[in-house]
Amino acid sequence: MSSRDLILARVRRALAGVPDAGITRAYRGPSAAPGEIRLYEERVRDYRAVVHVVDEAGVAGRVARSLAGRGARRIVVPGGFPPRWFAAEGVEAVADDPPLSAADLDAVDGVVTTCAVAIAETGTIVLDTGPGQGRRALTLVPDYHLCVVRAAQIVAAVPDAVARLDPARPLTWISGPSATSDIELNRVEGVHGPRTLEVLIVR
Amino acid sequence: MSVTFLGMPADRPFPRNAARAVRDSQLRFNLRKATRTIRARRASVVAEAPDWAELREAGRAIKEHTLRNLDRYLVQLEEAVTAAGGHVHWAAGAAEANRIVAGLVKATGETEVVKVKSMATQEIGLNEALLEQGITAYETDLAELIVQLGDDRPSHIVVPAIHRNRAEIREIFAEHMSGWGRPAPEDLTDEPAALAEAARLHLRERFLKTKVAISGANFAIAETGTMVVLESEGNGRMCLTLPRTLISVVGIEKVLPSWRDLEVFLQLLPRSSTGERMNPYTSTWTGAAEGQEFHLVLLDNGRTRVLADEVGRQALRCIRCSACLNVCPVYERTGGHAYGSVYPGPIGAILTPQLRGMGSELDRSLPYASSLCGACYEVCPVAIDIPSVLVDLRSRARHPWPERAGMAAAGWVFERHGRLARLQRAGGRLRRLVPRRLPGPLGGWTDTRDLPEVPRESFREWWDRTDGGRR
Ligand code: SF4
Repeated sequence: MSSRDLILARVRRALAGVPDAGITRAYRGPSAAPGEIRLYEERVRDYRAVVHVVDEAGVAGRVARSLAGRGARRIVVPGGFPPRWFAAEGVEAVADDPPLSAADLDAVDGVVTTCAVAIAETGTIVLDTGPGQGRRALTLVPDYHLCVVRAAQIVAAVPDAVARLDPARPLTWISGPSATSDIELNRVEGVHGPRTLEVLIVR
Repeated sequence: MSVTFLGMPADRPFPRNAARAVRDSQLRFNLRKATRTIRARRASVVAEAPDWAELREAGRAIKEHTLRNLDRYLVQLEEAVTAAGGHVHWAAGAAEANRIVAGLVKATGETEVVKVKSMATQEIGLNEALLEQGITAYETDLAELIVQLGDDRPSHIVVPAIHRNRAEIREIFAEHMSGWGRPAPEDLTDEPAALAEAARLHLRERFLKTKVAISGANFAIAETGTMVVLESEGNGRMCLTLPRTLISVVGIEKVLPSWRDLEVFLQLLPRSSTGERMNPYTSTWTGAAEGQEFHLVLLDNGRTRVLADEVGRQALRCIRCSACLNVCPVYERTGGHAYGSVYPGPIGAILTPQLRGMGSELDRSLPYASSLCGACYEVCPVAIDIPSVLVDLRSRARHPWPERAGMAAAGWVFERHGRLARLQRAGGRLRRLVPRRLPGPLGGWTDTRDLPEVPRESFREWWDRTDGGRR
């Protein structure tokens, strides 16, 4: 007997005569209400991420100032990132085409992306590798991640995000910068992922 | 019956391990500080969720429903993963799982793998098994790195190096990092930020060049074939993203029926575990994501035995959040090592003897490693009634005979008034001869309890002599 059949047979034997149990979902499910920008901003800030709220017209300027503030020279800009948002003087926009090696990614100063969904209640950004986000490695290896979130992408809570997302795509949920609390429970930012997360909310 | 291996030797019973741990004041101090901090954080973010009770009930019910239809969901999961370009393997026990993983690694031609913290692989002793096949496994979770470099064992589900303080960690890094790759900086201090930076540099080198990764998964969705990993540091993302081949070893109880079920567990787990509204990173992937080769190893290793137990099967609902450890007064004093398994604390006390069977003295002693205060049940996000399972297991694991003999003797003494008085007088006269530890097999009792001093005279004698203190 294969182990597959053996395990399945053991499971069936263990369950013989056990009545089924139903699932009740009395908790708050997905809602039609949009997520509050104010709450989202507050929750992102709770993670010690940098947050700005800007108008559509102000995005490019804010991006430029943020990059200049970090002294960034080379920034990865994934395919599909709106060009009107990236007009930083003196900063080289590096394309991931052909795909950059992990070592190349390690050598750039950061990455700018859009996102798929953001969650107000938890201050989370979700990336699904869609346009403007690039593959998963782009937001992982560089030490700095600037993410532009449109107000319409902000949902209220986790169930809204789960309902909107497509499980067939690789997803990355980000809530604040990489962090560890392994040393005497002191929070230290940036062990492996980006040490700085900056979020631009477009009103 | 085959022996189920749980990552640690089951040689000494819990009380003897615990007695040693309780004397370690550094360990006790670290644990106390850590568990109290997480406990307070958890309480505040749980209070913030207006529908916590409903989420908990849904979490319990989804898991219960899944377990009762486990065969169906496992087959569905296999189909979905395969359809998405992944490969599914089934392992009945630890040895088979290790063989499968070693074979998969060898097929890539690589001899080094990176690992993201995984209880399932600790449970089966994968690192040791790979080493025997000439394959080195590098742990990449900061705490696991501390444990691996220190040639130590993890002592907590979520914070495996909870028993180490910063000075110890600095020493471990300075002394052992060079043996595993990039050495620690010369001027390494014991500042947490400096220690994390040293780990970042050490591990980044490893991530960028390693071609094979091994992970566990917090959840596996039957409907879509999606794997889900929650973490904080980004080492999980590194392992799941950069290597060409990804092998995930997942217990069969980790399956969830549908994508939608995640809305429950992504709320329950982070709040219960680290006391955060959300953990920094959650990754999900379905089959061969972004061209990676993906293998899923489904592990039984005693789980079907637990499933067959009417009372005990609820332990399989566990989502390894560690909330029960952090509230447990016994765990807080003894630490994780005393439980002799990768699953410590209250959940370990019920899961380990069920997975492994109660053949050893340790496994028979684990159901007694609790004060039955009920705090673990209260915090458990999937409402596992740990105290009831403990009581049920106790009824099967009899108390050691010296203890039963002691109780019987006490019964005989208390039965007749005169017997107690005569014994007390004798005790008072012989008090200097009473040892701190009872001899022979009775030592088992005093190993876990300090013998009280025998008073010079009994209460009755004192009463007679002083007329209740009036003379
Ligand atoms: S038994 Fe409950 S509280 Fe304990 S680790 Fe498992 S899920 Fe968490």
